[in-house]
Amino acid sequence: MTMVDANVLTDVTEFLWKEADILDRKDYDTWLDLWTDDGLYIMPIGDGEDYADQLNLCYDNAKMRKDRVGRFKAGFSISSAPPARTVRTISRIVVEEMSGDLIKVRAAEHLVEDKFGRQRVWAGDAYYTLKRSGGGFLLHQKIVKLLNSDGMLNSFSYLF
Amino acid sequence: MTAAMPKFSDLDALYSNEEAKVATEMYEDPDLFQEEMEKIFKNTWVWVAHESEFPDKGSFKLSNVGLDPVIVVRDRKGVIHCMVNRCRHRAATVCEVKKGKTSSFQCPYHGWGYGLDGSLRALPYPEQYGDDFDKAQHGLLKLRTESYNGMVFATFKEDIEPLVDFLGPKVCKYIDLFMKQGGGFPVKVLGEHQFTVPMNWKVQLENTTDAYHFPVVHKSFLQSLDEATEDMFDFLDKGRGWVEDLGNGHSVMMMIPEREDLDSGLDEPIEDRFQELAEEIRAEGYSEDQVKKIVKAVGGAGFNLNLFPNVSFSLAFFRVLTPVSVDQTDIRHIAIGMDGGPQAANRMRIRLHEHFQGPMGFGSPDDAEVWERVQRGTKGGGQLPILVNRGMVDEEPGDLGPRGHISAETGMRAAYGMWKRMMVGA
Ligand code: FES
Ligand SMILES: [Fe+2]
Repeated sequence: MTMVDANVLTDVTEFLWKEADILDRKDYDTWLDLWTDDGLYIMPIGDGEDYADQLNLCYDNAKMRKDRVGRFKAGFSISSAPPARTVRTISRIVVEEMSGDLIKVRAAEHLVEDKFGRQRVWAGDAYYTLKRSGGGFLLHQKIVKLLNSDGMLNSFSYLF
Repeated sequence: MTAAMPKFSDLDALYSNEEAKVATEMYEDPDLFQEEMEKIFKNTWVWVAHESEFPDKGSFKLSNVGLDPVIVVRDRKGVIHCMVNRCRHRAATVCEVKKGKTSSFQCPYHGWGYGLDGSLRALPYPEQYGDDFDKAQHGLLKLRTESYNGMVFATFKEDIEPLVDFLGPKVCKYIDLFMKQGGGFPVKVLGEHQFTVPMNWKVQLENTTDAYHFPVVHKSFLQSLDEATEDMFDFLDKGRGWVEDLGNGHSVMMMIPEREDLDSGLDEPIEDRFQELAEEIRAEGYSEDQVKKIVKAVGGAGFNLNLFPNVSFSLAFFRVLTPVSVDQTDIRHIAIGMDGGPQAANRMRIRLHEHFQGPMGFGSPDDAEVWERVQRGTKGGGQLPILVNRGMVDEEPGDLGPRGHISAETGMRAAYGMWKRMMVGA
């Protein structure tokens, strides 16, 4: 493992926490702006990594992200009107690789949702490829692998 | 057992064929649920697998027949077996791998070993059972297993009619039509979405031939489509489709009649939304005839076929229900594609599946929400009936059962009629 500048870890952590906060607040327009145009948001099923050719929970390019957010916001989707409320933490952040303007990071994501007076708990590994832009970062790839992605899930009215 | 259950002697109060009213207990009574597991799921053909999920000799998958966990496996000769996942010694499961390949199943507790056909092959220190211990009597509990067009069904009822008779000729015809989605290739399972919903299994059973909910529940999905596709899904306004009772609790909902037979209309120009895909398939070296056939197949069939009690063929995927308890049901949405077909075509099918289906689809979460709302709703007003009488006003006789308007609840009445016949135990 390469030595990572403490400042990089601090900057990355701040960015991931900002994104987590945006998602818990469901400030989706702001979230859309965190992305590169050709970025991919993927939640796979199981351990396969051939995402384009395998069935995932979602495999979102810019258009799908925009449509997904539109669906959440338009008020016609009964599962997201209202959606479950969420509280998440991102932790155990590891900067894995830095090359050029790309930084690969992985982290633990732990999320609790609440709806109809019942709470559900989800945990997963999140893998990010961040791209330096201006003084900060953009999301270029984000892959969230739920611990039980190939098990019985529930439907999600929010993003991980 | 049956005689000791006078509670359910008045089946007319639970479902009346004439009035098409379902009693609230149908979703809420745990004793009734147990009775259903015995009288229905132990007495009919239950879907367990598609053959492509365990294609090779020795490959297997875990499945369920009602509440019973089962293993579906191909033996060395390719014969398909289905058996309960429970060691005959002291009941441990003999397999906890969801899908894989093996030469035998060995119980982890005391090491009894079973062959791919479920027979008991060997056990450690057998002497302590005495000389007359008969291994042949201690194989895994087997179910009768039969397939139709790749779909594998199993049953605990040894003397049941053959699967093709249970399905009947019209269901078989629709299965054959549905499988044309292979586009000239065998149909292959590409993956599955799984989610559990706090609802009675019959809430799901009702849904696959319920066109009435589509424009309401799936409005946000429709809004995410291009105009031509949205128009194709506008089957309620156009009203050209129908729902038909196909006998034995099965039914079909024909939403897009021009997609009933995917081999027809192949001389028409390729739809705009598939132009790019057609280019990619051409680039893979397919002839223009093949390109048209494959592209048409990628768009899916035009109907939902619902089979009693646990599987349906829904436009472009298989939907499977597994009852868990009176108010919990596991759902699987199985994506299918073309075995050996162009990669671009399978990729598009996968993307289309992700778009609507599963925990993060634009459709399934809204279905799951309204199903849960039914279960929450039936906590109150227990004396009120659930109405499945829509469209009785202008139903006409079909070949095997009534045929109604596209938004009629004809399919639900077919299912509840079968439910009642099975609960009577006739
Ligand atoms: S429980 Fe299976 S060998 Fe004992
Ligand atoms: Fe639906």
